[in-house]
Amino acid sequence: MKLFEYESKSLAQNLGINTPRGGLASTPDEARDIHKRIGGEVVVKAQVLVAGRGKAGGIKFGSKPDETRDRASEILSMTIKGEKVKKVLVEQKLAIKKELFGSIVLDRVNKCQTILASDHGGIDIEEVASKSPEKILRHRLDPVFGMRGFDARQVALKLGYGGQRLNALTDLLANLYRLSVIYDAELVESNPLVETSDSKFVAADLRVIVDDNSLFRHPEFQERSKEASAEVTPLEAKARENGLAFVELDGDIGIMGNGAGLVMATLDMVNHYGGKPANFCDVGGGADAEHVATALQIIQGDQKVHKIFINILAGITRCDEVAKGIVEVKKVVGLKKPLVVRMQGTNFDEGKRILDSAGITTLEKMDEAAQLVTSAKVA
Amino acid sequence: MTLLVGKQTRAIVQGITGNQGSFHTRLMREYGTQIVAGVTPGKGGTSTQGVSVYDTVAAALERTDANASIIFVPAPFAKEAGMEAIDAGLNPVVIITEMIPARDSMVLMAYAKEHGATIIGPNTPGVITPGEAKLGIMPGDVFSPGGVGVASRSGTLTYEIASYLTRAGIGQSTCLGIGGDPITGLNFVDVLKMFRDDKSTDAVVLIGEIGGSAEEDAADFIEDTKYAKPVAAYVAGRAAPPGKRMGHAGAIITGTEGTADAKMKRFREVGVRVAEVPSELPRLLQQQKAATIQQ
Repeated sequence: MKLFEYESKSLAQNLGINTPRGGLASTPDEARDIHKRIGGEVVVKAQVLVAGRGKAGGIKFGSKPDETRDRASEILSMTIKGEKVKKVLVEQKLAIKKELFGSIVLDRVNKCQTILASDHGGIDIEEVASKSPEKILRHRLDPVFGMRGFDARQVALKLGYGGQRLNALTDLLANLYRLSVIYDAELVESNPLVETSDSKFVAADLRVIVDDNSLFRHPEFQERSKEASAEVTPLEAKARENGLAFVELDGDIGIMGNGAGLVMATLDMVNHYGGKPANFCDVGGGADAEHVATALQIIQGDQKVHKIFINILAGITRCDEVAKGIVEVKKVVGLKKPLVVRMQGTNFDEGKRILDSAGITTLEKMDEAAQLVTSAKVA
Repeated sequence: MTLLVGKQTRAIVQGITGNQGSFHTRLMREYGTQIVAGVTPGKGGTSTQGVSVYDTVAAALERTDANASIIFVPAPFAKEAGMEAIDAGLNPVVIITEMIPARDSMVLMAYAKEHGATIIGPNTPGVITPGEAKLGIMPGDVFSPGGVGVASRSGTLTYEIASYLTRAGIGQSTCLGIGGDPITGLNFVDVLKMFRDDKSTDAVVLIGEIGGSAEEDAADFIEDTKYAKPVAAYVAGRAAPPGKRMGHAGAIITGTEGTADAKMKRFREVGVRVAEVPSELPRLLQQQKAATIQQ
């Protein structure tokens, strides 16, 4: 779960991480008032979860409160990469000596957390990473003992710091790491991490992504995780509320399957035979009849879906449960779109019997089913 | 001695009294796997599917000579269940449980490495040596004994591809899912090493998917070691929308685009035959075999 910048910073402040002075505004007038309160020059930043807001014009400067109100008004009317801006963060403009990049990231390959840091921070960090990877420091952390003081110190030293500044940067990196531990974050990233002209280190921007699999042990995020994410369409939100892994696409063939790999392969195969998938829907492992029925109703309720392809290869899932779910939808609300069902695996015979008796044909081979659903025979 | 699981395997099932644990205990036994005990804290002294249940793995080992474990316990308890199995010297440890917190998996994998234990999963269908035994939730009837080793990032897609191979008369030596969670015990390179050293495996199928760098790492390994056995692959997700990115650092750390096309291209560069759709794999393997015989 991605946190907004202002949420990330509020967690950081509690740990003593320096962030610019400022406040959160939902209206242009609020932005103006914050500027009046903090004085000086300010930066107005769109609060969105998508990356790349700077290049999209979501960051502007204000030298006077009225100007800040106008800039906030502009940003609050923006939609950045499909995400409507609802709030802006108004912060003091920092006197920048240097822009760094500092991050604690889950390193899947090495099965640990890794510090990534660079003295070439700023909005072009990805370009730096791809063109001159040697400018990004990587320092792996022990998976059990985590970050020791010397880990952070080694990184600060390699970034070229000594004396007081070495200690200050070490502390900041250690606090970013602490944040990742306390909140089970798979990513804590400050870019830019600013060294100010008076030699302080300030997290000018901060992104935190919480590990979704850890949410069960974070009651503090319980309400937040229920809020529909701005990156999600209404149909996706509905499906996800019902425990489905669901991504909306722009074709006309509704797809349901079990297991992400199989569903992806199903999309690939439908594409291969000239069809266009309307969605990716994974009912997961061990789905029961009710879950399958919910998924089917969500898919057939989608206007752009003209036909539906259910592709189940049962392992932990059982064909009879899937069949019961389909039959239940048929009984309760009716099957509204042509349906092709392919099933194989655990309890196949029972599943096929249930579908046969409801007059629904079952295919056993995925290719045949994919060819059938993409052909003119099913329309 | 077969790879990872076979007639020599005597497994305990951790979380045996749960719905899935009990159901798959029955199916594993029907397939021929020796399940010698089950563990569910608080249910010691009972039995499920004719298997005695103990409160701890240690208690199960006082009465049985188990040498492997399969874990079905819920995600919040999976790390400790894995450690309990490792402490008891069980190896391999198959973790069916999905969505385990990354920090828990990280610590568990470090523990396994320190103790020399092989973890399969989490979020895996498990491992099967067709015709001998399975430690997993895969439907046994789509697999058949033979010489192709299969390693996959996906569960159900593995069954799909195994069933294509079986229908084409191509049997499998060992099939396993490396697991779908962000952090897993084995990666493709680990499995390629196992298959290279396994006498009953004469060709390898890798089933990848978008995201991460497991396929690229496997391709590098095949190139660097001049891998001696033929490899064919399928990568799921060409038609899928671009995957989630973990911000800048996520993209940086994988160092790759992570798209299916990029992965397929990299495989082809190192001589791996790549299927456009899963059903092409049997033909690719047959072509490869014919080419090898000609040489």
